[in-house]
Amino acid sequence: MSETTANRPDDRVDILVAGAGYVGLTTAVAIKQAAPHLTVSIVDAAPDEVWKKDGRASAVAAAAVKMLDQLQIWPSIVGEAQPITEMIVTDSKAADAVRPVFLTFGGEAQPGEPFAHMTPNVALNGALRDRAGELGISIRQGLAVSGITEAVGHVDVRLSDGSTLAARLLVACDGVKSAIRDMAGIRTLYWDYGQSGIVATVGHERPHEGRAEEHFLPSGPFAILPLKGNRSSLVWTEPTREAERLVNADDMVFELELEQRFGHRLGALTVEGPRRAFPLGLTLARDFVKPRVALAGDAAHGIHPIAGQGLNLGFKDAAALAETVVDAERRGLDIGAIDVLEGYQRWRRFDTVQMGVTTDVLNRLFSNDNTVLRMARSFGLSLVDRAPSLKDFFIGQAAGLTKGPSPRLLRGEAI
Amino acid sequence: MERAGLMSEGTTIDADEIERFSRLAQEWWNPAGKFKPLHKFNPVRLDYIREEMATNFARDTMQPKPFAGLSVLDIGCGGGLISEPLARLGATVVGADASETNIEVAKLHAEGSGLAIDYRATTAEDIAEGGETFDVVLALEIVEHVANVDLFLSSCAKMVKPGGLLFVATINRTLKAYGFAIFGAEYVLGWLPKGTHQYSKLVRPQEIARPVEAAGLSMLGETGVVYHPLADEWRLSRDTDVNYMTLSRRPEV
Repeated sequence: MSETTANRPDDRVDILVAGAGYVGLTTAVAIKQAAPHLTVSIVDAAPDEVWKKDGRASAVAAAAVKMLDQLQIWPSIVGEAQPITEMIVTDSKAADAVRPVFLTFGGEAQPGEPFAHMTPNVALNGALRDRAGELGISIRQGLAVSGITEAVGHVDVRLSDGSTLAARLLVACDGVKSAIRDMAGIRTLYWDYGQSGIVATVGHERPHEGRAEEHFLPSGPFAILPLKGNRSSLVWTEPTREAERLVNADDMVFELELEQRFGHRLGALTVEGPRRAFPLGLTLARDFVKPRVALAGDAAHGIHPIAGQGLNLGFKDAAALAETVVDAERRGLDIGAIDVLEGYQRWRRFDTVQMGVTTDVLNRLFSNDNTVLRMARSFGLSLVDRAPSLKDFFIGQAAGLTKGPSPRLLRGEAI
Repeated sequence: MERAGLMSEGTTIDADEIERFSRLAQEWWNPAGKFKPLHKFNPVRLDYIREEMATNFARDTMQPKPFAGLSVLDIGCGGGLISEPLARLGATVVGADASETNIEVAKLHAEGSGLAIDYRATTAEDIAEGGETFDVVLALEIVEHVANVDLFLSSCAKMVKPGGLLFVATINRTLKAYGFAIFGAEYVLGWLPKGTHQYSKLVRPQEIARPVEAAGLSMLGETGVVYHPLADEWRLSRDTDVNYMTLSRRPEV
């Protein structure tokens, strides 16, 4: 859209994405692949190369794999991704010698299809960046959005280097503490769990055979997810003070505490690389859109990672927003107009609130060492294990294969 | 131009109508404002126009700028709710509106949106007299506001190039239309300001077909547009009793 400003080509774009995390990158790539005539640009506040220092891994659900495949990204990641072919869930006191397994997910979302892949964040982010580059999307690091002003037909965006940019649509993927969300005057709802998630990578003697485990311990959920080789990724929830103590303890103390919770099924454990604690809470934006501004990913909803759904909700945002924008563009509609963006909000908000509430309830239910409650939930989940349709529902949720109108990309189709 | 001149036989502008819309022009582009019903209505008529244009001119709407090289005249363009989308789809658009205020609003908005649209404060008759012709002529929600329907429609038809299309959208003159479009929309729901439509000025499909066919075009069809309250959206329908659109085409030479 440069008809009237051909003399100033650098200060006008169709879509500006703020934040070069996986949601921002996926949104940009999905839009540009489907509508190559749109100009898409990304700014990210972090200095160059910082993204390469992320040692974490994420569970990419089956539906998201289909999307990444459609976006021509998955082939360059698959070699580094560990398929999760089995998932078990237990509920018991940490000190119990034997933990009854009350829910086993026997394998696959669909025949031949693992329900998730554990993927190193660096591999995911790097592949998305490579694809963005191929498509001609510029990524500028170390550049933050410092102010926005709604104007006729576009939004004026001021950047931290003093320049301004006119965009038809600003996509805010700037994380759970989104500055753009505040600039747009969008308020949030927040629940603090008083818990933190410890994230670390561990090596172990014996192979995990593609099995993920989630143990609902009294202090909070403890998940171990398989990585390539004899390594696993750990998400371990504790009250915040306890989490900080564990993160700052020396390796021996940490490994000892870890073995108490994890057991010895995989042999001796060794912690690899740094361990970090992230405070857990549920942050939900009251609105996902304002005129010319759309929130996606953690900027719209930061959820407790208990069900491993944060990443996959973000992918759904990206798929739904890209589809909304591309459809509007093909119809000739204004991609930043509030009535177009409200279509995206209606599409995503219900799902997000439902998932936010579900994980919140699960966490409250399970982070409790009450024997009666524990028996009740064991009983409840035993029923789930025996009722095929409910179990399918849980597996579907874990794999991101929810019923209802799923964005085309998540069904593996082009926009 | 004198006010009396506006009302003369040779023009289709009705001065009272211009006054009414000029007062509302500032609100054109607010989807939640006074023109909310029009914004709700816009996607369905735009989809219809886009699909019919794509079929007639053999264009693929999945491609960027599918209407590149086609000229469009949007009569009664208002703030540009149809002109802008068609310009985005690649068409070369002339937007005409009798209201200076509307044209100023439309120009301002197109500039802010980075779109080049030739907006003119003029009438269909004046453009027709200049001898310009277009691949597509649009007369949407305008025929029920003009003073001389036959003159207006034959001017529109005259400007359609051979092989080109004329779209006319309006409200039928039926009791049901009176109930829904005037009593319902203006008095009960408050979607439109009272007095937006007068029953006697509503137009029946055959009153469109007559002057259009006399000007050498052939009617290709008509389709109703019906509001679905639960979905809060307008959809195409076979029911043409209230809102409807007609499509006609000038045969190739």
